[in-house]
Amino acid sequence: MEAASDTLKMIINKICEPEPFFILMVLWCFASVIWADKWVKPKIAFTMMGAFFLLYLFSLTDSNFYSIATKGDNIPIIAMLFMSVYFTWLGFWRGVENDKRKAEGRPMIEEEGKEVKVLVWPHLIYIEFIVGIFCTALLVVWSIVIMAPLEEPASSAATPNPSKAPWYFLGLQEMLVYFDPWMAGVVAPSLIIVGLMAIPYLDKNPKGNGYYTIKERWFAISFFNFGYLVLWMALIFLGTVMRGPNWNFFGPFDYWDVHKQPVLNNLNLSELFFIKTLDMGLPEHWLKREALGIALTVIYLFVLPVLFDKVPFFKIGEFFKKMRIEMGAVRYYTFIFLFLTMMSLPIKMVLRWTVNLKYVVAIPEYFFNI
Amino acid sequence: MAFRVFRSINKAALSGEVTRRSFVNWLGLGWLMFTAAMGACTAAMGRFMMPNVLFEPPMAFKAGFPDEYQEGKVDIRWKAKYGVWVVREKGGFYALSTVCTHLGCTPNWLSADSKFKCPCHGSGFYITGIHFEGPAPRPLERYKISLADDGQILVDKSKIFQQEKGQWEDAEAYLPMSA
Ligand code: FES
Repeated sequence: MEAASDTLKMIINKICEPEPFFILMVLWCFASVIWADKWVKPKIAFTMMGAFFLLYLFSLTDSNFYSIATKGDNIPIIAMLFMSVYFTWLGFWRGVENDKRKAEGRPMIEEEGKEVKVLVWPHLIYIEFIVGIFCTALLVVWSIVIMAPLEEPASSAATPNPSKAPWYFLGLQEMLVYFDPWMAGVVAPSLIIVGLMAIPYLDKNPKGNGYYTIKERWFAISFFNFGYLVLWMALIFLGTVMRGPNWNFFGPFDYWDVHKQPVLNNLNLSELFFIKTLDMGLPEHWLKREALGIALTVIYLFVLPVLFDKVPFFKIGEFFKKMRIEMGAVRYYTFIFLFLTMMSLPIKMVLRWTVNLKYVVAIPEYFFNI
Repeated sequence: MAFRVFRSINKAALSGEVTRRSFVNWLGLGWLMFTAAMGACTAAMGRFMMPNVLFEPPMAFKAGFPDEYQEGKVDIRWKAKYGVWVVREKGGFYALSTVCTHLGCTPNWLSADSKFKCPCHGSGFYITGIHFEGPAPRPLERYKISLADDGQILVDKSKIFQQEKGQWEDAEAYLPMSA
């Protein structure tokens, strides 16, 4: 029993190393859409959710995980995990059901009972009122029962180790590890907000308006899931459970050892190129030194978008071409730009983990790093 | 003009009747007062930018006598009060700022691993202040260091030396003294 639980913990620790964890999340993102009709069946889905919950209960028996999971700050994260799983399932399930109904020529779930009109008052207001009371009661109980995780008085000389942002910002904090503070702290968050606001203007596709569907909007759905569930939720999880003292990676069941010191010699692209590959010194002038990185960035942001609809494999090119024609050039290229900026985060993360790449372009002379 | 406006407002107030003109006048008065109030608020905000008292620890301080220091060791005595690490190496002394060049947390000196490590996003610096881990884009800054008249080490934080600008070569950034 003891041995079995130790092996299980070891396996989970292994899975929760950044690379496998991230690969699994990405795979899940695509698999969940491709095999949507299989896994959403309530029997299967609820078995999985049950297993997930059992796994959570099992994890609580571990003292290291217990101390993370029961910290006042982190309780919302645990709740969030279960809620995201449930609501993702709910959306998928209705989508699959609607797709099936459409194929059979039956009306959508949302169309049922459409003839019956109900009034906002009392029907809607009443429900909202009850929910409001319930939430207030919950918050009151919560604030009485769960103590605020206060720490020692703040001091500029001692930063708590690890120093974590509020839980909902842990994804942003993780982003700060990979990009220049100016990029990760100002440019990227603004782009996230602007990009989200732009969706209704970019996405003119009327399909899926007012009803759930998977088949008709599989691309939008996997894209959204990647941005939200992987790059936001999973990063919050990663920041909570997998980041320990000195901001090192730890497995969920690892003891947070302050003295764990993995060697992380990060190198800029210029150093990798000139010193590691060409075996010569760095050029004096920054423009010469960073030419490669700048060229790569320009290609990534400005040449790649043009190539998207020319990919010869698996009809990918055709797909993007159709999208370009349907959306119109301006919308399409704005979308591709936002898409590429979003993808730069996972790309940079993987490069950091695998080849210890620090910055693609690093011009500390002018406070410019990407 | 102003008098007419007030008279008409007054008249409306007294008689209790609201005409189109008095309504517009009231509205104008209301907006005027609102604008004035907002202006006053902004001015009051501006006032906060100039506090009455400003606590600033002295920029220069004496950091003890050179023979109090051990070679190859980072002295953390001045960290809490002044935000400075004084390092003694074979050829002399230098003073490092304790502000992480990433986003300004305070790193810790890990003597077992001979590095400064930041708890916020994991930046790491060598004992020299050069960055090598995590996101920090440039090395820790150094402060002006010299000998005072009484033979103590004098650190002056008002003068900053940045490696990426080639300022560490500056004579004031380093206090040569063989061990
Ligand atoms: S503030 Fe030091 S690593 Fe971010």
